[in-house]
Amino acid sequence: MNAAASIEKTATGGRLPENILYFARTLRDAGLKLGPSSVVDAVRAVEAAGLGDRDDLYWTLHCVFVTRKEDHPVFDEAFKLFWRSRDLVEKMISMFSPMANPSEPAEKPKAGQSRVAEALFQDNGEKETQEKPELEIDASFSMSAKEVLREKDFAQMSAAELAHARSEIQNLRLPVDRIKTRRFRPSNKGNVFDARAVMRKSMSTGGDLILPSFKEPRTVQPPLVVLADISGSMSQYSRVFLHFLHALTDKRKRVHTFLFGTRLTNITRALRNKDPDEALDDVADQVVDWEGGTRIGATLHEFNRQWGRRVLGQGAVVLLITDGLERAADEDEMAQLAKEMERLQKSCRRLIWLNPLLRFDGFEPRAAGVRTMLPFVDDFRTVHSLNSLGDICAALGDNKR
Amino acid sequence: MTSKIPNSIDATLDMLNAADYVADRSLATVLYLSLKMQRPLFLEGEAGVGKTEIAKVLADQLKRPLIRLQCYEGLDISSAVYEWNYAAQMVEIRMREASGDTNKDAMEDGVFSERFLIRRPLLQALQQVEGVAPVLLIDELDRTDEAFEAFLLEVLSEFQVTIPELGTIKAKEPPIVIVTTNRTREIHDALKRRCLYHWVDYPDASRELDIVRKKVPDADKALTEEIVAYVQALRTKELFKNPGIAETLDWATALMELDKVALDPQAISDTLGVLLKYQDDIAQIQGSEGAEILQQIKSEARSEGALAGAGTPSI
Repeated sequence: MNAAASIEKTATGGRLPENILYFARTLRDAGLKLGPSSVVDAVRAVEAAGLGDRDDLYWTLHCVFVTRKEDHPVFDEAFKLFWRSRDLVEKMISMFSPMANPSEPAEKPKAGQSRVAEALFQDNGEKETQEKPELEIDASFSMSAKEVLREKDFAQMSAAELAHARSEIQNLRLPVDRIKTRRFRPSNKGNVFDARAVMRKSMSTGGDLILPSFKEPRTVQPPLVVLADISGSMSQYSRVFLHFLHALTDKRKRVHTFLFGTRLTNITRALRNKDPDEALDDVADQVVDWEGGTRIGATLHEFNRQWGRRVLGQGAVVLLITDGLERAADEDEMAQLAKEMERLQKSCRRLIWLNPLLRFDGFEPRAAGVRTMLPFVDDFRTVHSLNSLGDICAALGDNKR
Repeated sequence: MTSKIPNSIDATLDMLNAADYVADRSLATVLYLSLKMQRPLFLEGEAGVGKTEIAKVLADQLKRPLIRLQCYEGLDISSAVYEWNYAAQMVEIRMREASGDTNKDAMEDGVFSERFLIRRPLLQALQQVEGVAPVLLIDELDRTDEAFEAFLLEVLSEFQVTIPELGTIKAKEPPIVIVTTNRTREIHDALKRRCLYHWVDYPDASRELDIVRKKVPDADKALTEEIVAYVQALRTKELFKNPGIAETLDWATALMELDKVALDPQAISDTLGVLLKYQDDIAQIQGSEGAEILQQIKSEARSEGALAGAGTPSI
């Protein structure tokens, strides 16, 4: 390996470089993204800092290996274990799940909840392993605030489906989908004088002809933030809209995707995987609250606090996919939902709500959650049957253009 | 005259302390490594924790000029790196024409030469000012769009800029680069990889106390302690935006100007706007929660006072 070879060269003796290499590997196994170059950097950094006390070594390695705040707890734990005794390393690796995100400790389940979940699993044990939706009782119109943790498997995508999905997304135009930037591109119709282009063009004639060139503001697609509901009542659609989200992430720049049921999960990185099946597998591994209850208010609160300011900048459009069936216990929770919706709407350029429940033409928003959320939505789109990507695209597309 | 860069972590810490910048050892370590390894330092953290200040202190202590690039949406190459002086170029073409010089290559070389280059901050930073490499502060990088990050890659890793018409301009001595971001969006891994990363956190109570004492030396000693305890308690609450050190300092100054010697509910309520900048947060703290915090810190101070009184008085 290159890294090993470079270390040989930089090593001033001793086994420290080797240990740093092992440490980096451990961190990599624990989910940090480290290339060979960062190992070389780390060795150089330790050489530069000199071997002081343990704390100095800690911060020296920290500034090279940690590039995101979220990685800090993993590094911290790894450092404590690794630089104490080598025997513990194996144990430590097994302790880390690559998906664990220790910086955001999961909400503590209420007492007895885990027992409830266990009990549920035991009873449904056999059914769970079969995982055939047809056999399950369709309880998708009911809602529950109970947190039930489940895993999920998705049927793989066929080549035809994939091709179809790509072409559908290609044609999709979301409302307000072009925003002007302050950058320019050359254009004959533009009305801004492009001095640099004029100079370069004039050089081709040796300065004899200085003809005007123009430019116009470049437009881009705004960042898109998707908040999708994966609770029990939405379960039959999750495969379709996850494929939709994957195709969207593939096609557009700057798409951030979050799933929520009883907790919020950021699946942006998982969806960046080019292969849809691998991407969905990653998502399935990462999310623990499939088909559980819905706590829209609480998860929106978490989103607004933890992520709002990080992903909603630069005129982001928010796409909210949920049936709005919030099971709020009391008025307070409804008030929280209203407050969080308002904050969300005010922090983004446009809030689009795609509601797949409205499958009857005469449907009125009777559910309390839907009525609470509606006033804060800029664009309310309904889809009668959400069985294909085409339906989603048709519902979301901007028909006016 | 330029001062030498510190030659150890302790020296770095001393240098920061000398400039009244109270840093913890982790920051000093990263800063020392960044200076020693000539790598850009990437500082991420909430607003008001002193990221920009580091660059200022560094420039001040090392006696180097500070070149600041404030990022904003739409920042492009012509306002960040370089631009050609088009008017002067056009005049040059006319002059050459008038003198009958029609050699195309000579014309191109003449028109696109360094004479007509307007240097913007990034290009300026690659050149020595008064014989020393400057400190380059790229402030609030998250405010620009992704396209701008790409311009920075070459500057930050090779300390050079490639101008198509002219060639590559490389720094003789790499500048000291500090990049700050508030994390309003994720910066691309490719850029972070070229830097040493540090998350600047809110300081702990003792460090914050040090900072307030150094920066607002005229404030009453007991009041300062109360202020710091109050702000520290506030940061444990679920606020939309936690107060930074800058806010603590502003608050201490505000209370001092109002001739307060101790925190009381009325004074807090009147000046809360200095500390908290969101209406939701202010409403939350103005209610019972704020009173609880005050009660809590007062009782803690009393018990500590009793303890200190029993032994040797501290400070």
